[in-house]
Amino acid sequence: MKVVVCTKQTPSTTAVFSVNNGAVSWEDSGGKPNVVNPWDEYAVEEAIRVKENHGASQAIALTMGTPDSQEALKTCLAMGCDEAILVSDPSFAGSDTLGTARILAAALEKIDGAKVVIFGKQAIDGDTGLTPVQVARKLGWTPVTYVSAIKEIKGHTITLERLLEDGKETVTTDLPVVISVVKEINEPRYPSFMGIRKANRATIPTWSAADLNISGGVGAGASQADWSHVYAIPAREGSVEIIEGDSVEEKVAALVDKLFEEKVI
Amino acid sequence: MDFTHEHEMFRQMVRKFVQTEIDPHIDEWEEARIFPAHDLFKKMGNLGLLGLTYPEQYGGGGVDYWYNAILLEEVGRTQCGGVPMAIAVQTDMATPALAEHGNDYQKETFLKPAIAGDAVFSIAVSEPDAGSDVAAIRTRAVLDGDEYVINGSKMWITNGTQADFLCLLTRTSGDYGFRGMSLIVVPTSTPGFSVSRKLEKLGNHSSDTAILSFDNMRVPVRNRIGAEGMGFMLQMRQFQQERLAAVLMSLSGVEQIIRTTINYTRERHAFGKPLLNNQWIYFKISELLTEVEAQRQLAYHCVRRFVAGEDITREVSMAKLKGGRLAREAADWCLQFHGGMGYVEEYPMARYFRDSRLMSIGGGADEIMLRIIAKLEGILPEGE
Repeated sequence: MKVVVCTKQTPSTTAVFSVNNGAVSWEDSGGKPNVVNPWDEYAVEEAIRVKENHGASQAIALTMGTPDSQEALKTCLAMGCDEAILVSDPSFAGSDTLGTARILAAALEKIDGAKVVIFGKQAIDGDTGLTPVQVARKLGWTPVTYVSAIKEIKGHTITLERLLEDGKETVTTDLPVVISVVKEINEPRYPSFMGIRKANRATIPTWSAADLNISGGVGAGASQADWSHVYAIPAREGSVEIIEGDSVEEKVAALVDKLFEEKVI
Repeated sequence: MDFTHEHEMFRQMVRKFVQTEIDPHIDEWEEARIFPAHDLFKKMGNLGLLGLTYPEQYGGGGVDYWYNAILLEEVGRTQCGGVPMAIAVQTDMATPALAEHGNDYQKETFLKPAIAGDAVFSIAVSEPDAGSDVAAIRTRAVLDGDEYVINGSKMWITNGTQADFLCLLTRTSGDYGFRGMSLIVVPTSTPGFSVSRKLEKLGNHSSDTAILSFDNMRVPVRNRIGAEGMGFMLQMRQFQQERLAAVLMSLSGVEQIIRTTINYTRERHAFGKPLLNNQWIYFKISELLTEVEAQRQLAYHCVRRFVAGEDITREVSMAKLKGGRLAREAADWCLQFHGGMGYVEEYPMARYFRDSRLMSIGGGADEIMLRIIAKLEGILPEGE
């Protein structure tokens, strides 16, 4: 059994998001490079723990992205993943979540023995949270979202704990599964110094469109989503009014009248 | 290029470690006047941070000093001087001579646990009557069979109340002068060792600094690093790395406090405009940033030469001198631009003002650096 963690390279959390004429940019004055999507760090940690604690033979990191996404994959290797694979092709540019799911599903089908696929709950740039479920749908595997613990992997089944708004629930389902995890699941480890050294010596294979048997359209042309109107939320305009009065009681009465008037209470 | 992508990955890892494992605890450790050295060093040891340049055979990283430079720059970012100093004692002040000149037994017994974070080290050179004047030390080790019997005391010892091992400079012959000293590794569990007292200092509160006392302390001869009588020379070499570490740590601290001041003066309004919009302030800050950049280039020049195995005594003495003065100047100006907020403990300025003062005193005072530079430039008067 292999466990695969799907990660995305995103701007760092200190980057400043801005929109100029519909073009989105993420600038980081500190020059901090792109990073593994912070939500995915929990997924990487959990994949390594599945290998350490639940008998997976390999923990593999998988990313779809531009060639520079190799840097994020190196972080996954430095944390402890055994192998990393980059899926990259110019034709993938502009894919929406469905296109991305088609590409990732084709890549996962190519990994012999993959039984558990782990995602972070969402990416900090797109923030859709759709890809894990869409990948599961494409593969015909069971999707389980908001996973806060992998309790047991036994035979052909996996038992998971989900963190919901009002509590937790335990789910047992057949393998293979695609799960997305929440930050409560673990505390991601630091990449070790030796891990960083090893990762930088590793060769990361790149799979192109020609290497995969992708079902359905990918890239900007096949995208069902339309991002033609991206804009920054305008700054909220507000005003301050000081309630005047001769006594506290008078000021409170005036304030209450005002709040009724504005339908606040 | 000095830094590769691998270096940058390493920098990000250390930065995250500092932000997670050190920054949130600084206020508590400053208040307690001590930090949990064994706990923090173990975490650092697990990540391979305490012996980056040391041989892999003993758990080290076996890489060049640029990695250590990154480590020091990043730990220097935390908002206190005490913890970075304590870390540097472990990595750059108390263990370099052991790693370079120790034998296999010594490296296996003392260096390996230091790299793993299982043992805390102190460097014990200064004494109540001998600080910058190292040749005046009086702690004495007398040979008795296969042991040294050591008597004396040491002062200003960082990690002093928590250390498991001391790298001790002691006199093994003669009464004064640089001849007749030896470096000996002393386990603090040895009978006759005691901590006389912990010192209350102006700054670096999170670091424990102690006076140590040795009363007929018997230490095996095999704990001596290198040949007998070579201690002064080994310590002088070790001092160069100590000074380089101080320069690198100070660099990120001073830059950090200037950036903090920029942010503060941008948000703080007076007379209808941000403080930063006053030419007096933005000119002074620009000057300070220029000094920092120049200092960074001098520091990196030292690292380049150090990595190449060259003698950096002249350059690192200049960098240490300049680093101390720059830290003092920046601390003073940045505090001034914070106004009252620079004088209260709620803001990082007051602590930086206290902590940064040590840079011109510890590891060889400014006046010692000036003397070294004068000597190497051939302008030190004869007999001085």
